[in-house]
Amino acid sequence: MNSAKGFRWLAVYAVAYMIFLYAPVVLLPLFAFNDATIIAFPLKGFTSNWFTVLWETEALHGAVENSLFVGISTAVLSTILGACAARAIARYRFPAKQSLVGFIMLPLVLPEIIVAVALLVMLMQLGLPLSLWTVIGGHVLICVPFSVAILNSAFQGLDQSLEEASFDLGETRWGTFRRVIFPLVLPGVISSLLITFTISLDEFIIAFFLTGTDVTLPVYIWSQLRFPAKLPSIMALGTLLLALSVTLLVVAEWFRRRQAKRQGIDPGSTPQGYI
Amino acid sequence: MSDKPIIDLRAVTKKFGSVEALRSIDATIREGEFFSLLGPSGCGKTTLLRMIAGFDSPTTGTIAIDGEPMAGVPANLRPTNMVFQSYAIFPHLSVADNVGYGLKRKKLTKAEIAAEVEKALAMVDLVGYGNRAAHELSGGQRQRVALARALVMRPKVILLDEPLSALDKKLREQMQVELRQLQKQIGITFILVTHDQEEALIMSDRIAVMFEGQIAQIDSPEGLYRRPASKRVASFIGVMNFLTASARPSEGGLLVKIPALGQIKLDRSAMPKGFDASDVKTVGVRPEMLTILFERTDTAEQEVKGKVLDTSYYGDMTYYTVELPGPDEPVTISMRNTAGRSVLPAGSEVRVGWGSDSLVVFE
Ligand SMILES: Nc1ncnc2c1ncn2[C@@H]1O[C@H](COP(=O)(O)OP(=O)(O)OP(=O)(O)O)[C@@H](O)[C@H]1O
Ligand SMILES: [Mg+2]
Repeated sequence: MNSAKGFRWLAVYAVAYMIFLYAPVVLLPLFAFNDATIIAFPLKGFTSNWFTVLWETEALHGAVENSLFVGISTAVLSTILGACAARAIARYRFPAKQSLVGFIMLPLVLPEIIVAVALLVMLMQLGLPLSLWTVIGGHVLICVPFSVAILNSAFQGLDQSLEEASFDLGETRWGTFRRVIFPLVLPGVISSLLITFTISLDEFIIAFFLTGTDVTLPVYIWSQLRFPAKLPSIMALGTLLLALSVTLLVVAEWFRRRQAKRQGIDPGSTPQGYI
Repeated sequence: MSDKPIIDLRAVTKKFGSVEALRSIDATIREGEFFSLLGPSGCGKTTLLRMIAGFDSPTTGTIAIDGEPMAGVPANLRPTNMVFQSYAIFPHLSVADNVGYGLKRKKLTKAEIAAEVEKALAMVDLVGYGNRAAHELSGGQRQRVALARALVMRPKVILLDEPLSALDKKLREQMQVELRQLQKQIGITFILVTHDQEEALIMSDRIAVMFEGQIAQIDSPEGLYRRPASKRVASFIGVMNFLTASARPSEGGLLVKIPALGQIKLDRSAMPKGFDASDVKTVGVRPEMLTILFERTDTAEQEVKGKVLDTSYYGDMTYYTVELPGPDEPVTISMRNTAGRSVLPAGSEVRVGWGSDSLVVFE
């Protein structure tokens, strides 16, 4: 009896929590399809007009290209760096390993604004011009910890005797990488690429501080907020970004679970299990 | 089995930093032999096996396989294959692809590979399992796949690192017999690492007993059991009672005095080489080499009186703890529970029979 009552309260709590968490997000598509320039209730009617407006905005196309460029470069670079770090953590013992790993993971908890300002000051001191590349640098810094966390579980799950078995069966080092290591960590690599890409795509503060004249999508969105007439189309853009991010994260999670299954590990464990 | 040496270990040592994992290993393993490395945990068995496989190199000394020195030859070019303790089955490949993994590097057609894989699977009794995924196999089946994957390469030597330790008792006993039969049938040299003395006795042609990075004795299972070279080997393989003794030479042999048992004349051949009568300080006697003379009419070569202190009943056997004369600890005597023979209660006075064949002399 007691537990049934407890269960009811738990359900109420869970629903309230979900509303609190996702109600604002639901507003985004709601107003994106609303046939009015003013963002306010009651809703006026359905339109997909705002998406057409988006499509016809030239400046937006540049921002999308920039974001893709930054996102893909960030994903590739941080995944490569993350893979090297994860491999080293999984395979080798070296002095001060724990503290080194801690330093790699530190950007996860540092306030982004601090990182951004620090990077900006440093770039100024070095006299480097701001560009998309400086944004990529900043993004790699904050993405590597995620990449390390994801790939670390992939490499930890890779039994060293598998490599030895391959070598023992006549395969070369390169052949062992191609036929055993790569296929086994591939889902983790894809998952890392997708997640770091998503993080970079959505990131605002570092992009805002470190970019020159080329803007990424979030920075573009911020610049458009000054014009109330543009708000509905920004809502439409937000909706698209939201859909894309969610899709990418779901696909990434799917790959991560597949990774775990391949290596015969319980897929319920979190990728950040290491941290 | 031939007398041709297949593996020659000469003065092999291995240091990990300051840890001396192996100190001067000398051994010759013969072609077609089932050879076991037996010893307690941490004595260096795995280290030695991995050096033969080529995963590690000796600090000093040489390893030769089939007459060829192996220094500088990496694992993928050695004529050895390993069955790992964890089996190391590639989880992303099917059973057939696991078994055929090493063949891909040899110049064979797809059909030839498939035929070889089938043959290997048949050898380990896994016909029809080729398309299974690795995670759909039981422990025993994984073990067989790992073995098939090594067999298919037709190496000169197969190395097995505690291959049965992950299996439950019943399956392990079954696999011990199967593995031994398979090895005899195909004639490839097997080197098995184990810390289970019973397993080593059942499976091997010869056993090297290792303690702390050194080989204490290499002999056949029977040789090890009957003529252990040291007290340490004797108590590692089975159970042995140790009794204080002294000896002096007498014509053609030696006269051994054992306070607990009496005295007896032993042949010179009962003594290890390079052993003097004055070196004899202890004799060893296995529990089954002593008999309790139940009936008045039972006789033995020699007799001594004792008193039962304790009994342990095992169904087919009973183990008696018996106090004998002299200063030694009570001895253990095992007796088969044959028809009509009851278990003696503690406190019984008994006659204990023994003979010259029962004894092994030690320092
Ligand atoms: N890579 C290594 N680095 C340092 N020491 C090692 C290494 N490998 C083994 N040792 C040490 O060498 C000794 C022998 O180890 P080994 O693994 O050969 O023992 P083993 O006989 O196989 O034991 P077990 O039955 O427990 O497997 C041990 O003291 C071990 O700690
Ligand atoms: Mg070992």
